[in-house]
Amino acid sequence: METIGTILQWLIFLGMAFTSILASVLLITRKNPIHSALFLILNFLCVAVIYLLLYSQFIAIIQVLVYAGAIVMLIVFVIMLLDLEEELRSRLKLFYSKVIGSVLAVLFLFGLIYGLVATSPTGKTGSYTAEKMSANVKAVGEALFNQYLFPFEVVSILLVVAIIGAVILSKRKLS
Amino acid sequence: MKLPEIDLYLIAPEIILTAFGFLVLLADVFSPRTEKKGYLGILSLIGIVVAFFYTLPLIGSGKSGFEGMFTADGFALFLKVTFLIIAFITILISMGYAEREGIAFGEYYALILFSTLGMSLMASGTHLITIFLGLETMSIAIYVLAGMLREDRRSVESAFKYFLLGAFATGFLLYGIALLYGATGSLQLKEIATYIASKNLLRNPMLMISLVFLTIGFGFKIASVPFHMWTPDVYEGAPTSITAFMATGVKAAGFAALIRVFFTALPQFRPDWTSIMWLISVATMTVGNIVAISQSNIKRMLAYSSIAHAGYILVAFVAGNDIGISGILFYLMAYAFMNLGAFTCVILLGKKGEENTLITDYSGIGFKYPLLAASMTVFLLSMAGIPPLGGFMAKVYVFSAAVKEKFYWLAILGVLNSAVSVYYYLRVTVLMYFREPQREITGLQFSPASVLALIIALIGTFYMGLFPANVLSFAQKSIVGLM
Amino acid sequence: MLVEYFTIGIFIAIAIAFACFAVLASHFLGQRKPSAIKQAPYECGMTTVGSSFRRVPIKYYIIAMLFLIFDIEVVFLYPWAVVFKEYRVFAFVSMAVFLGILILAYIYIWKKGALEWE
Repeated sequence: METIGTILQWLIFLGMAFTSILASVLLITRKNPIHSALFLILNFLCVAVIYLLLYSQFIAIIQVLVYAGAIVMLIVFVIMLLDLEEELRSRLKLFYSKVIGSVLAVLFLFGLIYGLVATSPTGKTGSYTAEKMSANVKAVGEALFNQYLFPFEVVSILLVVAIIGAVILSKRKLS
Repeated sequence: MKLPEIDLYLIAPEIILTAFGFLVLLADVFSPRTEKKGYLGILSLIGIVVAFFYTLPLIGSGKSGFEGMFTADGFALFLKVTFLIIAFITILISMGYAEREGIAFGEYYALILFSTLGMSLMASGTHLITIFLGLETMSIAIYVLAGMLREDRRSVESAFKYFLLGAFATGFLLYGIALLYGATGSLQLKEIATYIASKNLLRNPMLMISLVFLTIGFGFKIASVPFHMWTPDVYEGAPTSITAFMATGVKAAGFAALIRVFFTALPQFRPDWTSIMWLISVATMTVGNIVAISQSNIKRMLAYSSIAHAGYILVAFVAGNDIGISGILFYLMAYAFMNLGAFTCVILLGKKGEENTLITDYSGIGFKYPLLAASMTVFLLSMAGIPPLGGFMAKVYVFSAAVKEKFYWLAILGVLNSAVSVYYYLRVTVLMYFREPQREITGLQFSPASVLALIIALIGTFYMGLFPANVLSFAQKSIVGLM
Repeated sequence: MLVEYFTIGIFIAIAIAFACFAVLASHFLGQRKPSAIKQAPYECGMTTVGSSFRRVPIKYYIIAMLFLIFDIEVVFLYPWAVVFKEYRVFAFVSMAVFLGILILAYIYIWKKGALEWE
């Protein structure tokens, strides 16, 4: 039973990992930006499952609720705000930036692989280990209302500043 | 189950800033639309003063709280006093200016108060989460303020550019913080230092990358070369009062966080970051001063000059001794006075629609507006580092810190750079007094609040030049226990 | 542990299988006689003129942005609800301060008229 579970876990992980990579490749190659946005959702959902496999239930739920839900919606609205035909008409050629971007992406990939292979982990683990996190969202809540209470309250002010910014910059008539 | 410690007295200045921010915001929307809104500025000024009087009693207590998230040590409080002075003068100059440009909404003042709150969190944070949230609160407010002149293309461009590049820099900073957490398992600055020392992680690649990313993130906020590209465009396009706020407040807050993080969490890496910062410091001074010479717009010139000043401050950062860090605090306060003063003059000479911002527009105003031209001269000479003004003493402390730590070349390059800077500061003065006016400048409005701001800035500049010992001893007392 | 998600996995698998079955079944079982009218994007009404990609007004954006910001509250409400039983009054007051600040912002939005459809 244990081994079947492990194999199943691996299968799910591989499926999700490859689907998310595929989705990100499709995301950056589609001509229609709305399709790109849909692939972005697929990517977010796959990553959410990977979070679950890492016992991070809370982040998985946030990934679905906030990222796949609200943020993609905002992105779709932004796409709809833009005049995409104008961009096609202007025949904007991004050849060089594509080359530079690809080179940088490959370099970054090698950097990450090097980082994974070459670094020896320092061995320090935080107090919220996988075992503790797997049970519930309680650990997050306890951290939030104990150690992180002060930053938590500050976040509300940060959100208020963002609200004021959104209103003042995009409202048509101010007074 | 244990409950966290809460000491509201410790964060009283922050609470007051928040409360007044909301008060201004809601006072605007609840008052009739046709009414004159002059009282909003006064309300914000009251908020700053009250916050100031709640900051003063904390000085010397050196308390910290909120589970290692927040401290009210001398360093934080000195900077908080600086931020409050900056916000006070900014609001004073805004009262005439914002009215003139049609942006005197409650939001305008509320955002200034909220970004001041962000700055004081950056100075007081002893946990990277607090510092990061402070940075973001400050930055988002400033992005919006930079784009307040919605009809003006340059202002919109300024906000957009600042936002995109700023978000990118924030990404670097956040990545650096994440790597730091990955390597040490903590975000509390002291705990990080303890862990690095106990495990001897000096050659850990993760920490090295993190160090580079943190340097990029903070380097952007203080406008150091090569992360300065945004500065001239953003400073030129933003409303002038906000440019003044950015050049003084944001820079000071950036230095606050930089010093706090590097000296508290990463002191073991001092040899590494000293060499990086040496290069950045020299590049920042040199690029700032040389490019400033060729500017024709006064706001752009002051932008490059503010880049150069970041370079001078970094000289003391490289030195990193007691006199250096207290010199930085002194410098930030002196720079606040002289730079806000210079921008006040720019505002007083300007007209609706950001007119009269070319340097040639200053020709001959020495005869027509002698007092204004004299004040502008004082501020520019102070920035150039001419005695007996505040800027001179600030430079003396900064360079002598470098000499004391045997960074002779750095000090020499700094002095040479100051000499170069005299050229472009004096050019404006020469234009004001020795040239015929190119075109008639008429119809200037001297709002009483702006004149008051000018007087405060003049007093500050002269006081810090003539009686530097008082402020310096305050600064020296403030950094006890930081390092 | 992860086994608890097994039932959810079965549920998702059945849901996908059912959806595929419905689509495929109608594909294979039904008969099709396509004609020009049936193939049109809209069976009734006018044929579309020009591109359907039109720029939408910015007012949609404000609503989306405000929704996003208030949606972020959920991130905090969820763990709050989980630990509420233990922290009781303390949790209530903490969340009241957090939400109170956001409600002030909401009052601002309301009075500013940012939710009005201009």
